[in-house]
Amino acid sequence: MTPTPVEPSCPTVTLTVNGTTHSFILGEGSHEISPSHTLVDTLRERLGLTGTKISCDHGACGCCTVLMEGKAVLSCMLLTVECAGKEITTIEGLGDTVTGSVDPLQQSFIDHTAFQCGFCTPGVIMSAKALLNENPDPTREEVQAALSGNFCRCNSHYHVLDAVLAAAGGANK
Amino acid sequence: MNKYRFIGRSTPRKDALDIVTGKTKFAGDLSLPGMLYGKVLRSPLPHALVKSIDTTEAARLPGVKAVLTYQEVPDWMGGVPLHVRVLDHKVRFVGDPVALVAAETEDIGEEALRLIKVEYEPLPAVYDVEEALQPGAPRLYEQFPGNVLPRGIRVFGPHPLQELVTGDIERGVAEADFIVEGTCAYENIPNPLPPESPSVIAAWEGTDTLTVWPASQGPHMLKVTLQRWLGSINVRTIGSPVGGSYGSKYMTWQYVFPAAALAQKTGRPVKLCYSRAEHLAAFTVRLGSRLHGRVGLKKDGTVTFFSGDWLVNTGAFSEIAQGMVAVGCGEAQLAIRCANWDLRPQVVCTNRTPSGQVRGFGGQELKCALLPLLTMAMEKAGLDPVEFFKKNYVKPGDGYYWRDGNWWVSRGTDYAAAMEKGAATFGWREKWKGWLVPTSQDGERRRGVGVGVHGNADVGEDVSEAFVRLDPDGTATIHSGLAEHGTGQRSNICKMVAEILQIPLERVSVTACDSRINPFEFGPVGSRGTYAIGGAVIAAAEDAKRQLFELMAPHFGVQPEDLATEDGLVYVQGKTGPRLPWIKGMRYFGTCLGRGRFQPDFTLPNFMMIFTEVEVDTGTGKVDLIRVVGATDVGQIIDPLSLTNQLNGCLGSAGIDSALFEETVLDTRLGRIMNANMIDYKWRTFAELPAMEHVILETPLPSHRFHAVGVGEIAPSPGPSAVLMAVSNAIGVRLTDYPLTPDKILRALGKLPGAPGRGKR
Repeated sequence: MTPTPVEPSCPTVTLTVNGTTHSFILGEGSHEISPSHTLVDTLRERLGLTGTKISCDHGACGCCTVLMEGKAVLSCMLLTVECAGKEITTIEGLGDTVTGSVDPLQQSFIDHTAFQCGFCTPGVIMSAKALLNENPDPTREEVQAALSGNFCRCNSHYHVLDAVLAAAGGANK
Repeated sequence: MNKYRFIGRSTPRKDALDIVTGKTKFAGDLSLPGMLYGKVLRSPLPHALVKSIDTTEAARLPGVKAVLTYQEVPDWMGGVPLHVRVLDHKVRFVGDPVALVAAETEDIGEEALRLIKVEYEPLPAVYDVEEALQPGAPRLYEQFPGNVLPRGIRVFGPHPLQELVTGDIERGVAEADFIVEGTCAYENIPNPLPPESPSVIAAWEGTDTLTVWPASQGPHMLKVTLQRWLGSINVRTIGSPVGGSYGSKYMTWQYVFPAAALAQKTGRPVKLCYSRAEHLAAFTVRLGSRLHGRVGLKKDGTVTFFSGDWLVNTGAFSEIAQGMVAVGCGEAQLAIRCANWDLRPQVVCTNRTPSGQVRGFGGQELKCALLPLLTMAMEKAGLDPVEFFKKNYVKPGDGYYWRDGNWWVSRGTDYAAAMEKGAATFGWREKWKGWLVPTSQDGERRRGVGVGVHGNADVGEDVSEAFVRLDPDGTATIHSGLAEHGTGQRSNICKMVAEILQIPLERVSVTACDSRINPFEFGPVGSRGTYAIGGAVIAAAEDAKRQLFELMAPHFGVQPEDLATEDGLVYVQGKTGPRLPWIKGMRYFGTCLGRGRFQPDFTLPNFMMIFTEVEVDTGTGKVDLIRVVGATDVGQIIDPLSLTNQLNGCLGSAGIDSALFEETVLDTRLGRIMNANMIDYKWRTFAELPAMEHVILETPLPSHRFHAVGVGEIAPSPGPSAVLMAVSNAIGVRLTDYPLTPDKILRALGKLPGAPGRGKR
C-alpha cells in the first residue's frame, strides 16, 4: 500500500540580518530553529555571526546588543520567532558593505583605543549606534545614559565616551 | 621630548579593526567539527559526602555521549599543594562539581544534568575563617588538620616567603611613640567578573596528545602546568584573545580538567563554557583577608614595628593562596619601610566558593586591611597620610624579602615626586582637613578624601622567552606565547620591535599563541608585560638585528656594528651611501632568527597612588565616588592610550568598587551565594563615572632599553583603602571593613541598630 503523502507543515520564520534575508524552519531538529531559541543563539549558531556576544544571558549586561529596525535590543532576551519580518543589524553589518570601510563610529573606537579586552565592544558600539541614529549630537550625559546598560569590566568607559562624542561631532561636520 | 618613532606615541592597537568589527574570536566563539558540549552538575550543599550517583537515565537521553562521576574521572589534581580533584566523593561548597556530561547540544546536556540522581550525606559547614580554625570545626580535607593549608610547597622556588619575621618586635615597641592595635578586614570576596565567562575547548589526538583552546591569560604556563600534572601526555595550548581576566583566568585548570576528561572519554572535542551563574557562584573570587595587627609609630612617621595575624580565607580550595601570601608579604614591605616585622599568615579553607588569583594578587588583599590599621596609628600621631607614604614607600637602596624568600634591594625610583605631583593635582592640601574630619558639608551630604598606595616588585618576575624572525621582505615576526587580555601588550611588543628595527608597525606581527610554535612565556601578570615580556622580545629583536648586520656587513665592507637599518634598508651609520634591502643579506632563502630570554629580577618596584574624594549622604547612607586621581611613574610610556585605559581600570574588576558596593553575598545558613546574577551583583555603569585623572611621570628606570616598567596589574589596588579612609573622614567615624554599603554607613552613624563605629560623630 502506498502511504498517503503528508503535506509537511513547515512553519518558518524569516528575518533580515545585515541586509540578507534568511528563512528558518521552526522545529526541534538539529538544523531547525526551536521556538525557544533566542535571537543571539540564531545569530551565533546558525548564521556564524559571533561578533554578538553572550555574557550574562539575562538582559543585564548589554554584550548581546544588536539593532532591530534601527533600535538597540538585547538579543539574549528576544526569541527568534519574535523577530519575524524584522530588520536586524549586528556589529558585522555596520560600515559600508560595498567599499568594506568601517562605520565612522567604529573608526572612532579604533582611534581612541576605546576598548581593552574587546569582549563588550560590539555591544557598546551597537548601543552607541542606536543612540546616534536617534540623536546625532548627544551630550556626554546622554551618551552615558544610553550606554548605562552596557557592562564594561576593563573600565574603558572614558575612552568610549570620547570615541562616541568624537564620532558624533565628526558626523555633524 | 619623545625621541622615539613608536614608543610613547599613540598608535592604533593592531587588533583594533577585528575588535570593532566583531571578528575577534574569543574561546567561546570557536567551534570544531564533531564538537560536543560539556556541562557540570554542581552540589546544592556546602559540605557533604556523595553517597550514591545514578546516571542511568541521563546516559540514556538521546544526544548524551558521556556522563562522568568521581568514580570514572582521571585522577588529575590541581591546587597548592595538589588537592583538588576533577570530581571527588566529597563536596565542599555549593557549586562544587559532582558529575560531568558531554552532549550534542547544550540543551541536551542541561536536560541530562536534571536526570542525574545524587544522594548526599550532609556534613556541617564552616564559613568564617576563625571559626574554621576552632578545635572541632568541620574539616574540609583529611590531609589539612584545622583547615590550615600547608605553607607553599615550591611556589616561587624552594623557600617562598610565607611569613614576615624580621628584626626585633620588642625593640620596635620600645621605640614607638604611639602604638595602635586593631582588626581590619577585606572579606567581601568580590568577583573580578570578566564579561567572558570561563570557556575552553579540549580535544585529544590519539591517546597521548591533549590540545586545549582556553580562555586563558597565561596559556603557555597552562601548558607547562598541565604537562607536569598529567604526566606522560603531550599538552598543547592554543590561546585566543581573552574577554577579560584580571588575573582570574590565569590558572584555568578548574574548567580545563572537566572538558579534557569529557573529551578523553568521548574521543571528540568538548567545549565547556560556564554560565554567568556558574561564573559568579562557582568560580574563584578574591581571597578573604582579616588582619589582627599591632603597629608602632614614632612622632616623625617612622614605623617601628608591625606584628599581626593575617587570616586568609581561601574558600573551598587553594588555587595558589600561599603564592599570594608570599607576594602580599613582599608588597607590604614596599609600602612601609619598617625594620621589625612579625606578620604571620594562615591560609584557611572554608565551605564557600574557592578563592583564586585576582589583579592585586595577595597584596591588595593584605593592603586593604593593613593600610587602615596604619591609618589608625597615623591618626594618633597626627600625621598626614601623603607625607607618611612619601617617607615610608620603598626608596632606592632599600631592601625587602620578596616572594622567593630572598633579600632584594631596590634599584628603582624614589616615587615621592609622583606622590607630590598627584597630591597637587588632586588638591590634597586644600581638601585634607585632618583625621575623621570632612572636607566639606552641605546639609546631610558630607565629603571626605582618602589616599592609598600600592606597588610590587613583580614587574620583573619569572621567565619570558621570545624569538624574533626577520624575513627577507623586510618584515618581522615575533614568536611569543603572549595572549592578549586587554592591555594591548601584543601590540606593544610589536611597537618595541618596530622601534628597534625601524620598520613600520604594519610590518611586525606576532605568531598565534600556540605552545607548539612558541618558546616559554609566563604570561602578562604582575605588571610584568612591559619589563619582562618586553625584555625578552627586545633581546630577540636585537639578536636578530645583529645577525642581519653580520650578513649585510660584507656588502658594505664594514663591521656589523657600523650598520643601521631603517624601513627595511641597511646603511652605514653616519655616511651617505648605498642603502641595501634586507634580502641582500638573507637572500630569498634565508631568515634571521633572534632569541631573547628574560631572567627574573625583583629589584624594580613599581608604584601606584590613588586619591579619592567621596560624598556621603548621611540621610540614606549612600556613598558616591566623586573624583579619582591616580599617580604613578612608569619610566617611559609605551602607548599612552593603553596606559590610561589600564589606569582607568582601577574602578571595577574588584578594585575601588569593592570598597563601595561590590561583594559576593554568602547566605551562611545554606552556604549559597545570593547574588549570582548581574542584577544583584552590583557593578558600575556608564552613568555613574567619577571624574578621573592620572599623573604619569616618566623618570627613566634601569629596566631595558626603553627604561619602562608596567603598572597595569596594580592600578586598582590602592583604591579600596583610599575609599575607606575618605568615607571615614566624611562621616567622622572610623570604618574597618568593606564594602561601604548604606546599611553599614547608617549603622556607623548610629542611625541603624548594630555595632557602632569608633570615633567622633
